[in-house]
Amino acid sequence: MEPFEDEKILLAHGSGGKLGHDLVEKGFLPSFDNPLLAKLDDSAVFDAKGRLAFTTDSYVVTPIFFPGGDIGKLAVCGTVNDLSMSGATPLYLSVSFIIEEGFSLSDLSRIVTSIQQATDEAGAKVVTGDTKVVNRGSADGLFINTAGVGIIPDGVDISGSNARVGDKVILSGPIGEHGIAIMSEREGLKFASPVISDCAPLNKLVSEMLEVSSQIHCLRDPTRGGLATTLNEFANQSKVGILIHEDAIPVQDAVRAACEMLGFDPLYVANEGRLVAVVAPDDAERVAKRMSQNKYAAEATIIGEIMEEHPERVIMRTRLGASRIVDMLVGELLPRIC
Amino acid sequence: MKFIDEFRDADMAKAVLCQIHRQSKRHVRLMEFCGGHTVTIMKHGIRQLLPETIEMLSGPGCPVCVTANADLDKAIALARQPDVIITTFGDMLRVPGSRSSLQKTRADGADIRVVYSTIDALQIARENPAKAVIFIGIGFETTAPTIAASIMKAEEDGINNYYVLSLHKLCPPVIKALLDSGEVKLDGLICPGHVSTIIGSRPWEFAASDYGIACVVTGFEPLDVLQSVDMLVNQLEQGKPRVEIAYRRGVTTEGNLRAQELMNIVFEPSPASWRGMGSVPQSGLRLRKEYERFDAEQAFDIDPGPTLEHKGCICGDILRGVKTPPDCKLFRTSCTPEHPVGPCMVSSEGSCASYYHYGTV
Repeated sequence: MEPFEDEKILLAHGSGGKLGHDLVEKGFLPSFDNPLLAKLDDSAVFDAKGRLAFTTDSYVVTPIFFPGGDIGKLAVCGTVNDLSMSGATPLYLSVSFIIEEGFSLSDLSRIVTSIQQATDEAGAKVVTGDTKVVNRGSADGLFINTAGVGIIPDGVDISGSNARVGDKVILSGPIGEHGIAIMSEREGLKFASPVISDCAPLNKLVSEMLEVSSQIHCLRDPTRGGLATTLNEFANQSKVGILIHEDAIPVQDAVRAACEMLGFDPLYVANEGRLVAVVAPDDAERVAKRMSQNKYAAEATIIGEIMEEHPERVIMRTRLGASRIVDMLVGELLPRIC
Repeated sequence: MKFIDEFRDADMAKAVLCQIHRQSKRHVRLMEFCGGHTVTIMKHGIRQLLPETIEMLSGPGCPVCVTANADLDKAIALARQPDVIITTFGDMLRVPGSRSSLQKTRADGADIRVVYSTIDALQIARENPAKAVIFIGIGFETTAPTIAASIMKAEEDGINNYYVLSLHKLCPPVIKALLDSGEVKLDGLICPGHVSTIIGSRPWEFAASDYGIACVVTGFEPLDVLQSVDMLVNQLEQGKPRVEIAYRRGVTTEGNLRAQELMNIVFEPSPASWRGMGSVPQSGLRLRKEYERFDAEQAFDIDPGPTLEHKGCICGDILRGVKTPPDCKLFRTSCTPEHPVGPCMVSSEGSCASYYHYGTV
C-alpha cells in the first residue's frame, strides 16, 4: 500500500464513491494482488475439491500495534491457525475493515502491509473484502473481521473429541507471551527483555506434523483462556482426564515475572502462535522432535498425558509433587487482547 | 537472586517436607490466618504433602470476605446518592450485599470507578470538584496507612470533596476474639506476612504468652509456608510456643514505624463488625475527631435498609475455621465464581474461590 502522509480516513472512504474506490485501487489491490481479487466482482469465485474447512473471527485488539505484531498480522494468523487446527491447508481469506472516522491512513497502510506479509508467509490469498467507515466514537480505531476457507487432506481427522486414553499432550512452546505483550504495552510495564507476542501462522508447522504422523488426534491454539482452557475443552469434548506436569510447561522468565506482578496465572494467559496437540503415544516423540525443527515450535515438548481417571478434569502434578485441579478460566482475565 | 524461583525450589521443598514428616509426632491444628497463604497452600497442593498429624485450617484473613453485609449496604447506599463518585478496589464490586452489589448499582447508573490506589481516587476528586468522591476503605493494617496518607494529602492540598468510608479491620484483635470464643482449638498460627511488615511480629506475642499458641510470621511462596509449618511443628514438639519470623526479608519485630505513625495520626481503634463474628472490640479503625470531616458516614445521611443474610451461605463459619468450603451446600452448585452467593467465592483470596480453582482430587 502506498503511504498516505498525515491523511485521515473520512466517512466518504466508506461510502462507495470515488474516495472508497481509490482506497481499494491504490491501498488494497497492490498489496493483495491476485487474479481472484483483481476481478472486483461481488464474490470471489473458485474451484475446490475435497473436504472444506471454513472459519471466521473478528479482531478488536487494543493497542492496535503491539510488540511482535499488529491487528493485521493477528487477523490473518488467527484465522489461518483456526483452519490449521482442523488440519486444513488455508487457501482463501476475506478481510473486512470497520474503521473509525479520523483513523490514520499511514497506520492503515502499515496494517495492510502486515496482512500481506502474513498471508504470503501462510501461502494463503485475500480474495474478497469490505471497508466500512463509522462516525468518530462508534468504533475504537479499527476492527477487522477475517474469514477463511481451507482444504482438509484425505485421512486427516482432527477434533477436540478425539483424545484417547494413553495419548500424549504436546505443547509447541512457552506460554503467555501474547497476553503479557499486550498487557505490558497497555500498563506501560517495562522489562529488561521486553515480552514479544508469539503471534504467528502455524499452518506450515501443522503440515510438517501431519507428514510424520497420521495419529494426531486433537489440535488447538490456546488463545483466549490460555492453555488451561484449551486442555479443559479437550477433556470435556473427549470425556477423558488430562494429567499435566507443572515443571514441563515452559514459561519465559519475563512472562512469569509479569504474571506475578499482575496477579495472573500463565496457564490462563492468551497465546497467538502456540498449539497444543494430543498424539498417539507411539508417535508423540517423533511429532515433538519434528515440531522442534520449526522456528515457531523450537521448544516443543510433551507436557502430559490422557488418562481414564478423573474424566472431564485437568489435573496438574505440581513441582512439589502434589496434584491439583486446573479449572477453566472463569470470567474475563483481560478484555480485548485479540 | 530472583526472589521467586528460590522460594519454589522443588528439591529444597522436599527436604523441608522430609524434616516435617520426621519431627511431627503429635496431632496439631494449625491455622493460616491469611487468604494469600490459603492460595499458596491450595495452588501448590501443600496440604496433601503434609503428614496426617498436621491439620490445616483457613482463617479470616481476607478483607473482602470479612466485610459485613451491613457495611456493604452502606457503600451501596452511598453510591446511590446524587453527585457522588465511588472509588473502590476491584474485588469489592461483585460482592453481594443484602439486596444488591456495587456492580449492579453501577449498571443502574451509579458512578463507581475501580482504582488501584488512593492516589487515583484523589486525582478523581481533583478533576471533579463538583462531585463528592468517596473511597471505600477496606483492608487490614496493610492498606490502612496508604488511606491515612491520602486523607492527610487531601487536607494538605485543600481537597474538600474527598471522603473515606472506613471499613478497615485490625488482625490481632480478631485472632484474640477467635481464641476467646474457644470454638476452634488451635495449636499454631501462620501469622500474616504483609500485615506483619507493617505492624511487626510483636503484636502476635499475646497469642503465645496468653494462649500458648505457636506463632510464625511468613511469606507467600511455597517454601515460606513449608518453613513456617516446620518451625511451628518444632515449637509444638518442644512444647515451647513463641513468636518467630520466617519472613526476615520483609518483617521485623517492630514493623514499619512510619506507616504505623500515619495510621495513628488519622485513625483510632473502634469496634468493627466482621462477617461471621459480629462486633469485635478494638478491631476496626475510625477517623479521629480532627479528620472526621473526611468520614463519609458522617457527611452523608444514608439509609442502607435492613440487613439480610444469604440463606444457606456459610461464609461466616468458614471464616472462623469451623467449616470448610466443601461443607457448604451451595459450594460449586449455586455458588460459583461466576455467580457468587457469598464473599469467600468472590475474592481471589477467599477460601471458597481457592478451593474452587485449586481443589485437590
